[in-house]
Amino acid sequence: MAKVLQIQPVTRIEGHARISVHLNDSGNVENAYMSLMSLRGFEKFIEGRPAEEVPRIVSRICGICPWMHHTAGNKAVDGCFGVTPTPTGAKLRELLQVMAHINDKILHFFFLAAPDFVLGPDSDYSVRNVIGVVKAAPELAGRVVKMRQLGQMMIERFAGKAIHPVAAVTGGFSKPLPEAERRQMLKDSRTLLDFSLFALDFARNNVFNKYLEVIAELGAITTGFLGTVDREDGSLRLFDGKQRLMKPDGSCTDFEGDDYLDYLGEHVEPWGYGKMPYAKSWNEGFSLDLDDPRGIYRANTLARVNVCDKMGTPKAQEALEAFRSDFGRPAQATLLYHYARLIELVYACERTIELLEWDSITDTDVRAKVTPGAGRGVGVVEAPRGTLIHDYTTDADGCIESANLIVGTTHNIGPMNMSVKQAAAALIKDGVYDQGILNKVEMAVRAYDP
Amino acid sequence: MGVTTAMEWLSSCSGCEIAILNIGEELVPLLTEHLEVVHAPVIMDHKYFGQCGDEGGHLQIPEAVVGIVTGGVSNEEHVEVLQEMRRKCKVLIALGSCATHGGIPALMNGQDGARSFAEVYRTSSTDPGVSLPDQGVPALLDRTYALDEKITVDLMLPGCPPNPAHIAEAITALLENREPELPTKSVCDTCPTRREGKGGMHKVRRFIENVQFDPAKPVSDMRCLLEQGFMCMGPVTAAGCAKYGAPSCIEARVPCRGCFGPVLPKGNQMLDMMNALASNGIDCNSVVDRRSLLRFSGAHGKLRPLRQAVTGRTDNG
Ligand code: SF4
Ligand code: SF4
Ligand code: SF4
Repeated sequence: MAKVLQIQPVTRIEGHARISVHLNDSGNVENAYMSLMSLRGFEKFIEGRPAEEVPRIVSRICGICPWMHHTAGNKAVDGCFGVTPTPTGAKLRELLQVMAHINDKILHFFFLAAPDFVLGPDSDYSVRNVIGVVKAAPELAGRVVKMRQLGQMMIERFAGKAIHPVAAVTGGFSKPLPEAERRQMLKDSRTLLDFSLFALDFARNNVFNKYLEVIAELGAITTGFLGTVDREDGSLRLFDGKQRLMKPDGSCTDFEGDDYLDYLGEHVEPWGYGKMPYAKSWNEGFSLDLDDPRGIYRANTLARVNVCDKMGTPKAQEALEAFRSDFGRPAQATLLYHYARLIELVYACERTIELLEWDSITDTDVRAKVTPGAGRGVGVVEAPRGTLIHDYTTDADGCIESANLIVGTTHNIGPMNMSVKQAAAALIKDGVYDQGILNKVEMAVRAYDP
Repeated sequence: MGVTTAMEWLSSCSGCEIAILNIGEELVPLLTEHLEVVHAPVIMDHKYFGQCGDEGGHLQIPEAVVGIVTGGVSNEEHVEVLQEMRRKCKVLIALGSCATHGGIPALMNGQDGARSFAEVYRTSSTDPGVSLPDQGVPALLDRTYALDEKITVDLMLPGCPPNPAHIAEAITALLENREPELPTKSVCDTCPTRREGKGGMHKVRRFIENVQFDPAKPVSDMRCLLEQGFMCMGPVTAAGCAKYGAPSCIEARVPCRGCFGPVLPKGNQMLDMMNALASNGIDCNSVVDRRSLLRFSGAHGKLRPLRQAVTGRTDNG
């Protein structure tokens, strides 16, 4: 008999989603969907707010990557008011944004994804979680908890708040970085770099090598990719640069964030609140058909390491070279998101050190003069989950007239739907399924870290 | 075996969950010894409709002694989940300002929600001709509610995000069967800035320039931001965010925007702030967009859609 399996809530992800697997009379997969279940309306309720207040409102879009919304929002407001942040102000924003990437990656890999690999995808749901990991590998867990806490404290001591930050402001930053704090941060970030190298090694030996077959197959689809690269040398950038859109065949188009409307569109289906961005500029429309996808690209870690020409920091570059020699460019296997995430973890630690070693990072000229007024600004940063775009228009008082947001996670809603369908169809045959199989379908989603 | 605990999130951002993880060293013994988590979408895999999603019927959450709910209530599924949490949990904690006062998503309560949500699907990058998704997604309520507008809440821990130390204290107190020790004062009461008395100030300024301070000196050396002429909501906001000796935003040399909700249990952060300004001789008209002073506490009917005047929008609070 035909039936629908409702995997709800999708767990160990950072939002509200449901997977529905539709089985036909013979128990095979007819269709499968992953729907986003929540809608809050940020684009609308920031209308009328003084623009300089908005970066501390939009942070609440996501409590896991609030720094991304905070910095993208600030860039957009700078654009509206026609102000260029002071060099130190801009670098302090980048420093905090990149440090926030460090925590995010540790959190995702070890707290949310690791249970599937450390305890095994088929282990019982009651132990297949971070608490189970703590019990199974207490030493590792202790170290992870300490490192995450260290990263969080580094941000909080300097910027007041790590979750829902307030320290990036229109025109720059709210306070300079004192020399003593710089030195302490430098010491802490070297500790984090050591840990990131250990994490990469650990994952190579205990996850990627062990699960090679699963990685090659689970949720595998073929798509294009979107990320941000340095305007001059094409190296990976998290804070600023030009956008790079890669087709499945590896050919690339570069564009400035300001022009995103010429390249990206958002498709909407009636079965989920999330909009699905797609490559409008490919002029092939939108389709999630597994055999003939149209307009579909992916964002987030795997996309960024695919589109960049190099990593821009030495240890991360070494890791990228090893990755490319094993999986090619572009690498398509969905579970490689985890691998790419750890390469980026190494990059984020190295970049933090670079920024802290920059001569003028402790300068006191951290905020440019700001005059509220009418204008438009597009702020783009790479959030852990993908390219984040904030586009605001202000009125003569400098209050928001209209806003458009493309949030990192949403780029991957289409691809996640494809991966879910691919995984479900490959794993569920003739009405046979169990909780381990359905967890593997969820793993195809978890790789994207939505 | 620890005390059974269930967690749920409604119209939330996951920041409250991260605040729980930020408890730090105490977190590991708490999770592995003192508590036994039976349901928590963010970290564990218990499902509503059976582990294979084929049990149908009403969504199920296991029984637990402690229930922690974050986020406000803004769609039908949130109501269902919240009611199930109330049925199954002995003690229910509302965690975070979204759960206690509506939080940022309740800013939508200041608009005609039905119209605004439809407009979300008509932005510049959205394909033309689409409408609000309505197949198998939970229908939106007329507005965003705090938890206690829908069910009885046993303990409120506001903050956006809440302070991890208070989360740990609340849970520990429950385990030890005593009243938790939580802050009762205002943000100003916990603020070390220098106050010199009224500074002949008549207007409040927007935060478009940095405050005056000596970066080499501690916060206690900086003059109160309200006295410097910036809107700072410390006087009307519940204390609790100070971790290193000063309120978190003040530490960053940025004025308070009230994220711990009103200091008085039924207080109205906008009206109370206006009164505070007026009694100090400050012109309330100098506040641009005063309704956004309710940005963290717009539930409980405090923030309502503006009446459309014939001549256009009125902003009379
Ligand atoms: S209270 Fe703040 S941190 Fe908690 S869910 Fe709401 S927005 Fe997020
Ligand atoms: S008004 Fe602001 S700066 Fe002044 S004492 Fe209160 S919290 Fe501190
Ligand atoms: S100072 Fe005010 S806005 Fe900032 S964290 Fe504290 S209560 Fe929240």
